[in-house]
Amino acid sequence: MDSGTGEGSTSFTDDYETFISTTDVDLLKRAWRNEKAAPEILQYEAALRSSLQEQNVEASEADGEDPLTMSLYQMDLDRTQFLLRSYLRVRLQKIEKYIFHILKTDESLNRLSDEEQTFAASCGDDLRAHLKETVLSKLPTDYNSELKQSAASEEDDMVPAPRLDSFVICKARQYISGLDFEPEYSHEITEMERDLLTFVCYKFIKKPLENGKIDLV
Amino acid sequence: MAGQSGSQLSLFTPDEVEFVAEDELVEIVPNLRMDSLNFICGDYGPFYPQIAIQVPLWLALALKKRGKCTIRPPQWMSIENLTQVLEGERESHAFQTLPFHYVEISRLLFDRARDDIPDVYMVRSLVEDIRDVRFHKVETNLENFTNSSLVLQWKNMAAMEVNIIRAFSGRALQAFYRHENEQAVPDLDRTQDRQPQNLNDRPRVCRSFCCIPIFPLHHWIDKIVFISCLLDYCPTIVFLWRAYCLFVVPLQRNLRPR
Repeated sequence: MDSGTGEGSTSFTDDYETFISTTDVDLLKRAWRNEKAAPEILQYEAALRSSLQEQNVEASEADGEDPLTMSLYQMDLDRTQFLLRSYLRVRLQKIEKYIFHILKTDESLNRLSDEEQTFAASCGDDLRAHLKETVLSKLPTDYNSELKQSAASEEDDMVPAPRLDSFVICKARQYISGLDFEPEYSHEITEMERDLLTFVCYKFIKKPLENGKIDLV
Repeated sequence: MAGQSGSQLSLFTPDEVEFVAEDELVEIVPNLRMDSLNFICGDYGPFYPQIAIQVPLWLALALKKRGKCTIRPPQWMSIENLTQVLEGERESHAFQTLPFHYVEISRLLFDRARDDIPDVYMVRSLVEDIRDVRFHKVETNLENFTNSSLVLQWKNMAAMEVNIIRAFSGRALQAFYRHENEQAVPDLDRTQDRQPQNLNDRPRVCRSFCCIPIFPLHHWIDKIVFISCLLDYCPTIVFLWRAYCLFVVPLQRNLRPR
């Protein structure tokens, strides 16, 4: 666990305590909140998913207990499964919304899991075929691309991209200095204190979010 | 029209906020003996009768529902503390320190563990007063949004309050940001903006209001009618002009924004 701020022993102890007490469910909850609040799709948490699946299997095999304990274990399982399913569902919704943009950009494509990449490819093919069949084949040759408005367009302007300048609410998990932000935004935002609720443009905090220093609320 | 992309995706329903709040720890006093529970979300127990123990709120409520425990209200929910917090809220502009999920926790406890809270009516009315005062402060702070407020920081705001203003404040801040940087940021997202290109030339204020464009057509027609009257050329134009004056102009005047 990094103690990169170098503020002395207190931050290191905090990180260590967080490290030993954070369960998979906490990590999943954090990933779920970040995914829901962010305008673009974030990195897939593959390790989390596989460890949770193992635990799910173990929990559902427990038997021979009294009905009360069984129902409590079932409740816990339901809660975890809800988080996992909602997380995957939000990601799928984002993929469907920005399908062409994700297929075009390698950076976004690398953030998807293998199954999601297969899904995105087949979804993109289906959508392309549908648009061709219903509308594009009936338009003149210069205008029948699903990515460009016309042959005269220089870039793919028919592709909706995620809005990185939308505003999100976030909390820093540790003190963040100006070095953690991108240099081009350093005149807008210079620091962030721990646990202070901040309304900020998403693209300013994109880098600390990827490094796990900020949580979206 | 300014708006967050995927606004439906990024909104949390109140039930989801409550779901997150149910993981907060509360103290219970069980009245049964039970071995420790090894959940995916953590290990709790073992449970001994009359020995207090900390468990997540959802587990406490489940046990309470089955009559297996009593819930001890958290420290901050005492009448003295809430009265103090209410005084503090009324006196200062800042928010007082309350747990992040105080709204959800208090609501769940009032609904399902009413008999475990002493003076529950008093506590309930205090919490509701605190909520009102705080939300009034939130509304006042929203009025201070300006075009220079690209990074806003609020201390001690609670989860439910944040959730209520999330959609609106996000859209408002984004509108300010876009109006500030309209020349710098090209408009990539065509599906959001369905208006034609010449909308960018209109004054910015118009975007905020639903104004119906009113063209000063009558000035030009006035000139044409005057000339035609002189020439005694087209009485039909005069007739049409009179009809326009009598019916259309008053209608336009009523619709003009003040």
